[in-house]
Amino acid sequence: MTYQSRADLGGRPDSRAVLPEAEGELFHAPWEPRVLALTLAMGATGLWNIDMSRSARETLENYSELSYYEIWLAALQKLLQASGATSADEISSGRMSRPAIKVARVLSAEAVAGLLAAGAPVSRVPGRPARFTVGQAVRTRAVAPPHHTRLPGYTRGKQGTIERVHGAHVFADSNAQGQGEQPQWLYTVVFDAADLGSPAPPGAAPTRVSIDAWESYLSPA
Amino acid sequence: MTDHDNHDHDHEGSDLSPMEQRVRALETVLTEKGYIDPAALDLLIDTYKNKIGPRNGARVVARAWSDPEFRRWLLLDATAAIASLGFGGRQGEHMIAVENTVEVHNLVVCTLCSCYPWPILGLPPTWYKSAPYRSRAVKDPRGVLKDFGVDLPESTGIRVWDSTAEVRYLVVPRRPAGSELLEEAALANLVTRDSMIGTGLAQTPSGAS
Repeated sequence: MTYQSRADLGGRPDSRAVLPEAEGELFHAPWEPRVLALTLAMGATGLWNIDMSRSARETLENYSELSYYEIWLAALQKLLQASGATSADEISSGRMSRPAIKVARVLSAEAVAGLLAAGAPVSRVPGRPARFTVGQAVRTRAVAPPHHTRLPGYTRGKQGTIERVHGAHVFADSNAQGQGEQPQWLYTVVFDAADLGSPAPPGAAPTRVSIDAWESYLSPA
Repeated sequence: MTDHDNHDHDHEGSDLSPMEQRVRALETVLTEKGYIDPAALDLLIDTYKNKIGPRNGARVVARAWSDPEFRRWLLLDATAAIASLGFGGRQGEHMIAVENTVEVHNLVVCTLCSCYPWPILGLPPTWYKSAPYRSRAVKDPRGVLKDFGVDLPESTGIRVWDSTAEVRYLVVPRRPAGSELLEEAALANLVTRDSMIGTGLAQTPSGAS
């Protein structure tokens, strides 16, 4: 079983400049906000969760060729088909040809403000004490698992230090696979950039880089 | 599919781009199947275009600059402190505020996708979601800062926060010189979106030396 994320870009060779943008410049075509809203509204149906969405996006074969909202649209279409909500033919024709499946809820205009204000907190009551404490040296898992995960490649197999204990959070890896929340302790792990192979320039103060890592990504160093 | 030419679906307009047609077709069928309410879509778009944006975050920073008690609270429990100003919810459920100092400059990225604190900064700008930013921010943050015209002294260390889980980060930029006498509302005008991501600095008040 292979699983390839094409979204794991941290530390990849890329010499292109970052192009700053004015504050109000959010969309570049009229369809882009519609895709944003379609994605949020379909997310509210409960047919899939946010980790499944991220997994659907990062596994798009042509991820690197697509613009941001093209990625969102392609992933939305993929999820609609995988969930059985909509067929490929319906998506391309724009016409219903099969009965709708049951969804947990349909987002009404009246419910929008409440939905956004409530959000979806992922903190959970931990089932056991945290394994690591602040200041402890840890090593990250060296091998990528064959499924969605949130340990970036550039931090794999590296030594860092626990800086903060966030509590137990929904585990993205299991949630993305439809295997439930399986909450785990979440930590901020900080690395010296030099240990990640990207030291600060000579003479400059050191750079440090941190990630938020679930407990099963880590072992004592 | 000539039978399509005879009905009045609104996605048939020939002046629409292929992407526009594709999105309209999808919206049409999802509406027809009863999964979505187009009025909710309109409201979602209006919310993120006009109501939820970086001016929210600017208010948080301005309050932290002018109220030491609030600053302490923000650095200790950002979610609660930010909620006290009326901001929270989707993509801001678990907030951490990090403060820039002479010693350290903070920079936020999401190398895996586009995680960003929506309630206080709105939707992320295109560059934040782009491959160059996501790949270079963790490897060459000083180079990325130069793309934004920010040249930090060598003595200032950089701390990069990669938002890999559901925790979202707000950078509290340094309060600019010359802003000592300004009230909170005027201070908020100095707080740019980029300064709250860490790719910029707060603006210097006009007239300040």
